[in-house]
This record gives sequence, C-alpha cells and structure tokens, in this order.
Amino acid sequence: MSHGQQPILDPVLAPPFPQAALPMLRDSQLRKNVAHATDVIQAKRARLVAEKPDWQALRSAAARIKDEALENLGAYLEQFEEQCTARGGVVHWAADAAEARAIILGILREENASEVIKIKTMTSAEIQLNPHLDAAGVKVFETDLAEIILQLGELEPSHIVAPALHVNRSQVREIFARTMGLSDLTDDPHALTAAARHYLRRKFLEVPTAISGANFLIAETGAVAIVESEGNGRMCLTLPRTLITLAGIEKVVPRYSDLEVMLQVLARSATGERMNPYTSLWTGVTPGDGPTRFHVVLLDNGRSAIRLSERERQTLRCIRCGACMNACPVYRQTGGHAYGSIYPGPIGAILTPQLTGLKHAQSLPFASSLCGVCYEVCPVKINIPEILIDLRAQVTDQERGKAARFFDPMYLGMRVANLLFSRAWLFHAAQWKARIVLRIFTRKDGWIHSLPGIGAKWTQTRDLRGLPKQPFHSWWKQRKQASR
Amino acid sequence: MRVSLFITCYNDTLFPETGRAVVALLERLGVELDFKPRQTCCGQMHANTGFRAEAYSQAKRFVRLYQDAENVVIPSSSCVAMIRDQYAGLFEELGNEQLRSEFRSLAPRVYELSEFLIDKQGVEDVGAYFPHRVTYHASCHGLRGLNLGDRPFRLLGKVRGMELVPLANLERCCGFGGTFSVKNGDVSSAMLAVKLEDVMETGAEFCTALDNSCLMHLGGAMHRQFAGMKTMHMAEILASTEQTPVEVLG
Repeated sequence: MSHGQQPILDPVLAPPFPQAALPMLRDSQLRKNVAHATDVIQAKRARLVAEKPDWQALRSAAARIKDEALENLGAYLEQFEEQCTARGGVVHWAADAAEARAIILGILREENASEVIKIKTMTSAEIQLNPHLDAAGVKVFETDLAEIILQLGELEPSHIVAPALHVNRSQVREIFARTMGLSDLTDDPHALTAAARHYLRRKFLEVPTAISGANFLIAETGAVAIVESEGNGRMCLTLPRTLITLAGIEKVVPRYSDLEVMLQVLARSATGERMNPYTSLWTGVTPGDGPTRFHVVLLDNGRSAIRLSERERQTLRCIRCGACMNACPVYRQTGGHAYGSIYPGPIGAILTPQLTGLKHAQSLPFASSLCGVCYEVCPVKINIPEILIDLRAQVTDQERGKAARFFDPMYLGMRVANLLFSRAWLFHAAQWKARIVLRIFTRKDGWIHSLPGIGAKWTQTRDLRGLPKQPFHSWWKQRKQASR
Repeated sequence: MRVSLFITCYNDTLFPETGRAVVALLERLGVELDFKPRQTCCGQMHANTGFRAEAYSQAKRFVRLYQDAENVVIPSSSCVAMIRDQYAGLFEELGNEQLRSEFRSLAPRVYELSEFLIDKQGVEDVGAYFPHRVTYHASCHGLRGLNLGDRPFRLLGKVRGMELVPLANLERCCGFGGTFSVKNGDVSSAMLAVKLEDVMETGAEFCTALDNSCLMHLGGAMHRQFAGMKTMHMAEILASTEQTPVEVLG
C-alpha cells in the first residue's frame, strides 16, 4: 500500500521476483498485515486439521478424485456439458483469455447489460475481465467484501482466498470513508461490514446480470458448486435474471459424491472452518427459482498443456484454498504482489509460469527456499517442491544455450563446480586455491565480512567464516598415515 | 558395524570440525569407519538450481562410489534428502536400468547421522557431556524431507550437563535454501531476520542442527550482529565428553 507504485500482476509485464519483492520487504505495514493474517488463518487451520484423525486419508482421497478427473478430462468435460445443457444451461468453450472475454462480452451484449455484479473469481482476474468489461462500457460491481475493498481502493489482489489480506482495517476504513462518502466511519469491523452491506444491497436488487467463478463442476449431474463466507455469492446466484459462470477446465470432478471429500478438505484448508458458511449448488435453470438464463464458460488458457506431463499435472489438482501461501515463509515476507501474478505464493510460483508456457515468470520457480511446508499443507497433495525443481531445470535448459548466459556468474559457477565435483583431485585443488583467494577478504577475526560479485548477496546480511586450514579429507588422510 | 562416511562437499571445505566430531562419535560407539577419498558432492546444489544434467552426473558418481558400502552415514539432512527424494527421478529420466537397480539396493543403506544412531545403532545415550544451554533448529529437510521426528530430541535429551531450550516456530525455514540465499538474497535475509528473533529469544549459548547449511546461515548472521550466540552441528555436541570436550571454534 505505502510502497508507492501499483504492483504489476501480469506475468508478461511484471519484473522478476527478487526485484518485485524489494519494495514489499521495505513496507513495514504490509509485512505486519501479511504476517498477522497468515498466522491467524494458519493457526485456525492447524487446529481443525488436528481434529480429523483421517486427515491424511482425506488428502489422498481428494488427490485421487482430482487425478481421476484430470486423466479423463475431455470425457468428464463433455459429460458436464451434456448434463448442464440437458438442464437448460449453455456451455461455451474458450481456448484462451481473449476468447473467454469475447464470449462473456457477447452474452452481456445480448442481454443489453450495462452493469454486472460479480462473485469473487480469480479466474476472471486471470483473464483480466474487469478492465476489458470496463473498456467495453459495462460497469462491474464486485460483491465480495475483500474485492469491494480492492475495487474501491483501486488495489491489486495479493491472495487467492483473501485478496485484500495485505490491507488492514484502518486502511479499509480510509477507502470506504473516501469512496462511499462516509466521513464519520470508524474502523470497527461491524461498522465496516455494515457500510459494505449498505453499498451492496442496492446492487443486488437492481443489477440483473451476474458473473461467478466455480469451485467445482460436477460431470455426473452438470451441477456447479460455489463455496463462500459472506452470502454475497448466494445473492448473486439467486437474484439476477442471467448468470455467467467462468470456470477453468480443471474444476471438474466426476461425481456429486466427490463433494463429500472436497468440501471437507477445502473449508479446513482455506479458512480454517469445519464447513464454509455458504455452499451453493445449482444445476442448469429451474423456472421460478433463480436465474432463467445460465451460461458456463469453460476456460483452457494453458491448462491442457500443463496436463501433458504427469508430474506437472499435479498442478491442476489445485482447489485454490491458499493453504500453501498461508504457510509459506517466502510469501509471509513479501505478500502476494511480488509474484507478479494474481496467483501468488507457492502454487502461483508453479502455476503462473506454466500457464504462460514458461515464456514468462521464469524467476518464480526460484522464489522458494524449497522448505516443503507447501506440500505438507496441500489438501490435494501437490508436490510443489518437486515441480519447482523441475521447472527450474526447464528454465535452465531454455537459458543455458544463450550467449548472454555464458558469463553469467551463476551459470559459469555451476559449470565450474560440476567440473570440480567430477574429479576429487580437482575439487581438492580448488579448495586450496579458494582458501588463498578468500584470505584477501578474511579479516583478523577469521571471518569474511564482505565479498564482491554474487557473494555480496550473502555478505549483505551474513558473515562467512574464512576457510579452515585443513579440509576434512586431508585431516583423515593425515590421521590414517599417522596410525600406520 | 562398518560405515562409510560421506562428509559432503561443504562440510569437507567449510566445516571439517563436524567431520572430526562424527569420527570421534562413531568410533567411540565401536563403528568401523571408512572414508572414500574420491568423494565430492551429492549433486544437491546443481539439482535445486536447475542444472539437471550436472546433478545427474554427481548422483551417478555417488552411487558408483558407494554401491559396495555396508552403510553410508551423512551428517547433513539436506544431502540425504537429495539422495532419497531426487536420485530416483534423475535416474528414471537420464539413467539406465543398471544404475536404477544399483541405486535401489544402495538407498536403504544410506543414513542421516541421527537416523543411524537411533535406527541402526539403537542408541540414544551416546555418552555425551556438554554443559551448555542449547536450542535445536529442525532444518526443513530433516523435519519434512526425512521425517526425523523426535530422533534429534531423543539424542539431545541424553546429553549430560546440557540444558535444551525449545525453539518457537520450529517448523519455519531459516531462509537459506542453497542458491536461494543469493538469488533471492533480500527475501532470504528477511526470513533469516524472523528466524533469528526466535532463536535469540531462547537465550541459548548454542544453536544446533543436523545441517551445517542452515547453521552457516544463522551463524553468519549471529557473527555479523555480535549476537553472542554460536552455532554448532549436533555431531559436535554428541562427540563431546568430559574427557574430551568439543573444540569450540569461532
């Protein structure tokens, strides 16, 4: 917030992670907000996971359900289309963001819609729907509390479940007071939600067109499921005349009964609740009950390509619970904006570059210390560290042939190290040489306080002990000779 | 029992005292030690930085070098995790069936130090004496990679004269992450600052771990900040006795 310029959440335009992270690290307010919010959610999650003795079995079951769907994705999507269509829905297929936007705009034009209300949907942010609708003259009203904060404050989302997680309530008060004209608004949470409720009520009653995302698409029945906490979703799904649901193709699950597993793991992982307050399920259209015109836009936008590799396919199991970012020690320091994508945190670090076919966001797979906590908390057992490492290898393979990389210290260093590790005598000779070279930088106390080049990134905050006189292998050899 | 010691490249170069402590400790327990002079690196740095072909050649080298070893002990949880989590995948992708089968037979004989002591030797009390206030940092690879569980605590709990102080947020990473610490040096430093707060809060004299890489990170910051705490690999604490106390290096 106070770091000045707006963050860029477009992987094509965003600066590399280390650079984007810097202003976030310097923003004391942001770091306090993020650490506090993630600590609170994590503690709630940990408590509720601990009360499920079958938690590991639930995780495995959830992973299996998603794997089954992903392995036979085409068939399940067609089944969904068939069932949804039979019950009065209209299913559209969008290969990429531009197609999805065109389909949605086309429907809105048919409806003569000049305004639209929205439930929080990260997929719509992925395809940058709001600015495009705005440019086409359709006014968009977000109805999720966090999304209202962002929309009115002209801020960017920093988390997939709690997009305004980086904003605290005094900042919310300022935004609401300014944009709603409520000069005597306090930062009491009740006062803030009352202001939002008042702002929303008119929109729910007056705007006849809504856009939603989806948590699950059920192939068996053609139903769509949405889980939420505030009831704004329920309003958007029932009051309008027309509903457009935008869903990534990976949202499909085979059976209605799969929700038994998925809803248990999702609520506990996402918000630390046994069950989320509102779970809405609808199938096609029902005369006299809810929207009479219902469209589903199925979005690929790079997902099919991710599906091709068995290892990377795990990425598509994601149910967008955000547990990985709440637990991530990197996200905890930087918040979401440093990731240059609306998908931040560990899942963003693997999803974003893959959605661009690894053409962009190449710094993201390296934005992790590989501590593994994301894998531990993931309710669908995505082995994020394994995929991070694989993507690192793919990025390196892409880059290493380029002339510019030849003298890049990291690439050069890795090649030299590989040569040294291939022959022990070379490695040992290098140890002696390194000790002599490093002596220049070693102070009288035996420690190195400052190094040039790539080493400066180490010594900016840590000292390094000077190399000891005798490496272990040499001590061992000497000892063995002495004992003879 | 015969054990071949894989000291790891950075322990060999930067922390030879850890190696000497492992030798003292294991020989005291009656283990017959062997050290292969041709050993270098397990390939972790290359693998985790995206240099897969290089990681593969080091992994292959490791398997070839140790295939006849009765047991291999490695005083570094991240290197053991590299071998357990990544070798099979590397060999699947780049190796042949012979290499894969050599690795399958070697893998169960590769131990992290605390695993070897508890699971293979069946000892908790190694006869150590270390009259200091100590806190234990569970490295990510020890905690989640190897699931070391309470093994380190069982060993430390039997050290005479030592006061073990629990560390808050034990599961949280110190921010080292190998080349992450320089590629993302600023974020890494921020993570380190948060970790160091918890470590300093313990009021311990020493912070110990089963991984010198985390300790190099924490210890480097302690030295920079004149924090008045030192780091020490657990092998050195376990090697220390009343007769031969550990050599306390800077």
